[in-house]
Amino acid sequence: MIESIRKMRNQTRRVGAGLLLAAVGLAPAAVLAEDNLKAQKELKQAPDVGEAGYHKYPSVEDIPDDQFGAAVRRGMKAFNQTRQVAGEYVGNGQNCSNCHLGKGMAPNSAPLWAAWGVYPKYRGKNDHVNTMDERIRGCFTYSMNAKGSEKGHPPKPDSQILKDMQAYMFWSAQGAPIGESIPGRGYREVPMPDKGYSVSRGEKIYEEQCAICHGDDGSGKYAEDGKQIFPALWGEKAYNWGAGMHRVNTAAAFIKYNMPLGKANPVEKHAALSDQEAWDVSAFINSHERPQDPRWEGSKKATADNWHTHECLYNSEVRGHVLGEGSGN
Amino acid sequence: MPQATLAKALVGFGLVALPMTSAAAGLGEKIAQQGNGKGAAACQTCHGADGSGNGASGYPRLAGMNADYMVKQLKDLAGDSRQNAIMKPMASALTAEERQAVADYYAGMEPPKKAPNAEGDAKQIAAGKKIAQDGLWRKGVPACTSCHGPGGQGVGASFPGLAGQHANYITNQISDWQADKRANDPNQLMDVVAERLTEEEAAAAAAYFASLPAASQD
Repeated sequence: MIESIRKMRNQTRRVGAGLLLAAVGLAPAAVLAEDNLKAQKELKQAPDVGEAGYHKYPSVEDIPDDQFGAAVRRGMKAFNQTRQVAGEYVGNGQNCSNCHLGKGMAPNSAPLWAAWGVYPKYRGKNDHVNTMDERIRGCFTYSMNAKGSEKGHPPKPDSQILKDMQAYMFWSAQGAPIGESIPGRGYREVPMPDKGYSVSRGEKIYEEQCAICHGDDGSGKYAEDGKQIFPALWGEKAYNWGAGMHRVNTAAAFIKYNMPLGKANPVEKHAALSDQEAWDVSAFINSHERPQDPRWEGSKKATADNWHTHECLYNSEVRGHVLGEGSGN
Repeated sequence: MPQATLAKALVGFGLVALPMTSAAAGLGEKIAQQGNGKGAAACQTCHGADGSGNGASGYPRLAGMNADYMVKQLKDLAGDSRQNAIMKPMASALTAEERQAVADYYAGMEPPKKAPNAEGDAKQIAAGKKIAQDGLWRKGVPACTSCHGPGGQGVGASFPGLAGQHANYITNQISDWQADKRANDPNQLMDVVAERLTEEEAAAAAAYFASLPAASQD
């Protein structure tokens, strides 16, 4: 097996749109595309939680008995039983709550209540300012592989399911400040360890820590009626090559304080794996095929050049195979 | 037919399909009903002729539980990783073949239709249902059903069925994990979770699972 050990590459941004504008003389005076990109800062890593603790999201019992409350409940159900409620847009075997633990309420597990207040927000991923509506559609497109779904696309903008999910998110965020990166937001960044990351080291960790639930072949476990028991991590039921989770640093950050389920505790920022182990097992999981990147540009190389200039294994050779074939749909 | 279902299920879960010879099946039944004459008493003395266990005494239902899970428990009860004064001499007196035989025998038994706690305290059961299905995420405890299956029916050999199991038995296990008397869970997954439960929470979740009819583990 070929090792993949890398150091952090510089993240590049697409400058095409900016250069085009400049070429036709439409760029604002004296402001080049590169300057715009440098001026666009990503949100700072969330601060550590202080004495006050994390945002206290409301209890399910406190959801009001009115239209708004009904929307919140629908949104909560869509979040946790996505395949049952919004299955026509789900092209794999995932639910939103697979990567946002505790029904999207657990701090350090990308909780909804911390995301709500920082949108609308610029995203480097699509190089423009996104509303939350578009952000959730992005989740459907990539993490839920909407292209492989019955509808073949994510929910349309402003559709009922997106309204409901936003109601749930807003409800959970009540009382949290607007426009701030608050404690518990996102996944806690795990710095690249000294030994980089290794697929073969990760394989051993996977066998010991992950396979019991996610399967030796990463296909998870699903009941006879199709209900998800443990989500797939690779193969056709998993998130696709465009999902944030395919990035080794992102999955490492998720895994570090969230996995194994129950053993790590995101609420207490308690890890079961070392930083090195989290990066290694992330690399191993992300060294397998999964559904294709919906932004496919005709070849792995073109797709990688345009969309994968970050820490991932797309278009890399692992175990004698160049990743990026896609799987299933 | 329970045995065929079991064999199919074992294969379906990627586990080795054990050849269910009639000799083996006979051996399991014999030990369950008569003991093995070498220190292992008849299992049914405590676990019931129908394998339904005894709630008051804390003897678990065995009928319909996963065979590989039960084999591991017997092995661990004979050793140090699962300490139980009653079961230790019994488990120690069984050979590997006998452990497999009794496990297969009970796995193939239909569990009782009535839930042990079917008429339990409704308020406690409701509280327990919430814990079982939603977890206690304010302190980072996942839903029991995350690992034990959507209905608590169990998942393969590693995550035993809880539905239709005696509440007493379940709370005893939680206590044993907290007291380090039970340490045979894979990767300490249950140990860590058990440490975070209060007595009240464990009792409620157990009461809920005990109020559900058992499902034969497939």
